[in-house]
Amino acid sequence: MEIAFYITAFITIVSTLLVITRHNPVHALLYLVVSLLSLALIFFMLGAAFAALLEVIIYAGAIMVLFIFVIMLLNLGKETAEQEKKWLRPKVWVGPAILSLVLFAELCFLINTDDPAFYKPENAVEPKVVAISLFQPYVIAVELAAMLLMAGVVGAAHIGQHKKMVHHRFLKEEELS
Amino acid sequence: MNGISINMVMLLAAILFVLGIVGVIIRKNIIFMLLSVEIMLNAAGLAFIVAGAKWAQPDGQIMFIFILAMAAAEVSVGLALILQVYHQHKSLDIDKLREMRG
Repeated sequence: MEIAFYITAFITIVSTLLVITRHNPVHALLYLVVSLLSLALIFFMLGAAFAALLEVIIYAGAIMVLFIFVIMLLNLGKETAEQEKKWLRPKVWVGPAILSLVLFAELCFLINTDDPAFYKPENAVEPKVVAISLFQPYVIAVELAAMLLMAGVVGAAHIGQHKKMVHHRFLKEEELS
Repeated sequence: MNGISINMVMLLAAILFVLGIVGVIIRKNIIFMLLSVEIMLNAAGLAFIVAGAKWAQPDGQIMFIFILAMAAAEVSVGLALILQVYHQHKSLDIDKLREMRG
């Protein structure tokens, strides 16, 4: 069990180091996804299976896709085609692929093992307990999180909208309305 | 916690947090700084999870869920700001974005 944890922790640290040293944003994102996946594996080993699920689905699934969309939006230009060609060389994806293959091997080992200590840690916290605690003592915090997310959505929609630049001063009123 | 020492996991969280701080300091691109902030939030979430697993209480995972919601809101607003800054300045270099003369 410990050796699996140490391997995963090593992968996390290596991929995070590579995140902060890459020059290309997409390479950094690939390594960040690997780092998040290995953190999810660590959560699973600690008995927090629900948090591991959320880490994979929301962080590695949703937030990273948001980052990728923005990077793609910012890269619209003539040089995009050559860039794509450059990015798809094996040198780019072989690093994250090796790291995530190690993670995958570890996951297969954890699934196939017969030792109950691996898939059911002694002080694991079940999702049911989390849900009951979330909606009884922490229900006000859930409401506050909902308000925060609402504010985030409205703020992002407001900041992100394009304001049309109007150069003719008499047309300004009509364009704005 | 079947063999995994809490000290080691806390050490891992500290190392990840320091890596996030280093990323914020050494990079000049706003996108990389936002990524480093994400790394730091993850490290904080890992610390919460391991503390919750140590005492077998659900509070650690609940704090992690709140960190997740906060990170989602922060990323959406931050990325909208980055898009807007890029449209106005055509650059994401923080040394060129010196409107406030900071």
